[in-house]
Amino acid sequence: MIVELGHFALVLACVLALAQAAVGFVYWRDGGATARFVSHAAVMQFLLVGLAFAALVHAFMVSDFSVQLAVEHSHSLQPALYKFTSVWGNHEGSMLLFVLILVLFGAAVASRGRSLPHDLRTLVLSCQGLMVAAFSAFVLFTSNPFWRLDPAPRDGTELNPVLQDIGLAIHPPMLYLGYVGFSICFSFAIAALISGRIDGAWARWVRPWTLASWAFLTLGIAMGSYWAYYELGWGGWWFWDPVENASFLPWLSGTALLHSAIVMEKRNALKIWTIFLAIITFSLSLLGTFLVRSGILTSVHSFASDPTRGTVILAMLAVLIGSAFALFALRASALRSGGLFAPVSREGALILNNLFLSTATAGVLVGTLYPLVLESLTGARITVGAPFFDLTFGALMVPLLLLIPFGPFLAWKRADLVCVVQRLTGALIATAIISILVFAFMGFPMTLAPLGLAIGIWVMVGAVAEVADRANLGRVAPGESWRRVRGMPRTVWSTAMAHFGVGVMVVGVVCATAFETEIVTSMQAGDQFEVAGYTVTYSGERAIEGPNYAADQGEFVVDAPWFWPTRTVTSERRVYVVSQTPTTEAGILTYGFTQVYVQFGERFAEGGRVVRLWHKPNVVLIWLGALIMAVGAFVSLTDRRIRIGAPRTARGEQRGASA
Amino acid sequence: MRALFRAFCMALVLLVSATAAPAVSPDELLEDPVLETRARAISANLRCMVCQNQSIDDSDAELARDLRLLVRERLVAGDTDTEVIDYIVARYGEFVLLQPVMALHTIVLWAAAPVILVIGLVAVFIGVRRRRQDAGAGTRPRGLSRDERKALDKLSGQ
Repeated sequence: MIVELGHFALVLACVLALAQAAVGFVYWRDGGATARFVSHAAVMQFLLVGLAFAALVHAFMVSDFSVQLAVEHSHSLQPALYKFTSVWGNHEGSMLLFVLILVLFGAAVASRGRSLPHDLRTLVLSCQGLMVAAFSAFVLFTSNPFWRLDPAPRDGTELNPVLQDIGLAIHPPMLYLGYVGFSICFSFAIAALISGRIDGAWARWVRPWTLASWAFLTLGIAMGSYWAYYELGWGGWWFWDPVENASFLPWLSGTALLHSAIVMEKRNALKIWTIFLAIITFSLSLLGTFLVRSGILTSVHSFASDPTRGTVILAMLAVLIGSAFALFALRASALRSGGLFAPVSREGALILNNLFLSTATAGVLVGTLYPLVLESLTGARITVGAPFFDLTFGALMVPLLLLIPFGPFLAWKRADLVCVVQRLTGALIATAIISILVFAFMGFPMTLAPLGLAIGIWVMVGAVAEVADRANLGRVAPGESWRRVRGMPRTVWSTAMAHFGVGVMVVGVVCATAFETEIVTSMQAGDQFEVAGYTVTYSGERAIEGPNYAADQGEFVVDAPWFWPTRTVTSERRVYVVSQTPTTEAGILTYGFTQVYVQFGERFAEGGRVVRLWHKPNVVLIWLGALIMAVGAFVSLTDRRIRIGAPRTARGEQRGASA
Repeated sequence: MRALFRAFCMALVLLVSATAAPAVSPDELLEDPVLETRARAISANLRCMVCQNQSIDDSDAELARDLRLLVRERLVAGDTDTEVIDYIVARYGEFVLLQPVMALHTIVLWAAAPVILVIGLVAVFIGVRRRRQDAGAGTRPRGLSRDERKALDKLSGQ
């Protein structure tokens, strides 16, 4: 009964979204009444889809195995958390989650967007409505999670053991919040193109949505990376595989959008480009989600195995993205570019940033799709893997990273390069000193890695220098500096933090890649092995029973250098009872930013075990950097100018409860 | 999602080889550390044919193990790195290379990023020049005067 209610609620939401879009697009000029209707419709959709999702969650939690999806992806022995996450650990459920987040953002615009002009709000919500209608119809007709089975089997066939992890609880929702969040930017772009309202105020309205989506996407990707790192058992954190690229593409173009929108907001320039990026970013999100979902990217053959789903997805993509670009082509020429600026200026720097980021986006996109296209055109099968992306992407990032610290120092309109370099002298010297100290500490390794490290340090120091410069540190009394620091707008802090995070991540990436130590060996109980100064002793193994798996658990004692205490860590080889799937659980010990990674391997020789040990210096910085970036974005969201909302138009009715 | 995909890959691996051998195991390693380092470097650019986008070094598949052993066999036999790679490509095809070769059929792939960057640079250059010429010819878009804009910027906390 509950499942049918959920099913029905989803049907209602789909129809309501259709009505919302139809009414909105026809009567958007009519002001308040239409705006109220579409707003209420948006909130209603959220309640309905929320109900549908709750119904599905309920079915999974109580292990209702008359629901086909629960049979295929859950089991009564699974711990409650994994019963819950099983809901979206599959195609149908994850699509429902996608729709849920889509309507969540719609409802957020409806309830927070009171300060928007009526016509803009109506158009944004109508565009959202159109997407909700399309995607909920997709769920209903091709990937319906509510189908029943009769007779119901006694138990399910468990969620894939690799997915039975806390990572599944965090990673997909975060990622979807990011992906789908960009749908708001997309809708704003469409609304702007239809209504012709494209100016700095528009950029200001879009800004919080871009920031929030970007922050969630950053967290989602970082979480996915860390999950892969500890779950897959060999300590890789980024593989450049198509699925990862699919999430990375919207991140790259979203980062470009974030920066170009600043130019539009402050200087009324780069309007066409910003609109274009808003469309592209969501298109890439969709392309990523759906090409992966349909299986086209992972394997051409799984696409053929379910042609309906794949074809429907492609058709929807073509219509949505195609019409967006048609509208763009039709209206973009009517846009007049605004503010003038000299090549050396903040605007110029942000254009360079966009140039590198969009080239990187295009490069990764081409690399991801090229094998597919080549095979369908010529039949030749090639692989485009990590070494290719490391090379091409890395080459593009080096100049961008070098330029980051200059950006915030450049004045709008026209900047004096000599003056900026003078103000950055301190930062340059600091970078040189820190880098040399670090290299000396490492014994001057003769590789390219120290250069990468120096770049990371430069970005970090640059971010600190910006704050110091704004505070006039050293030039005025400390009290005065402190007063300036406190008076600094949050957006300055957020820029500095995000850029600092980039530097932190670069340092982490370079260290973890260049200075990693790996040892593959076989150990008997009592054996010792040393890896980069850490002594690892294998104390022995025992059999343990988990709730739905049996495991061999190896115990290791790790003696660390310096002041670190001796610690014990376990690593497991599990076999899940139902599916008989083997997995490995790595043992990870964190020392500051450095990790020792132990993988308990298969039996080897007489009573021995294969053990793989890694010393991963500063690897934590990779994810810490991403976290700092995301926090930077959230700090920007608390800026007063965003908190109090965009400037209101005289036409808009003043409401006491406005956001 | 990535994990979903990984899981899919694992399922595929398991189907292909019921007795999954793990990634590099101690008995495969060569005595000579120099040769072993070379083997690892070569392996990092060779993909496991039955999984998605994993190098043979990282893969658990039986086939990846065979490739790892083959690489080491050739190295011990005295092949250079290029000879080893050529040997593997001759047997398994270009598909096995994680970094595609530079050839006619991959020219678009390799040229994409640099060409786009150059086009972008040219476009920006032309755009900036045209804009300045427009400004010079006095066709500046009518709008706020400089003072008004300054006042506005000040108000908006610029």
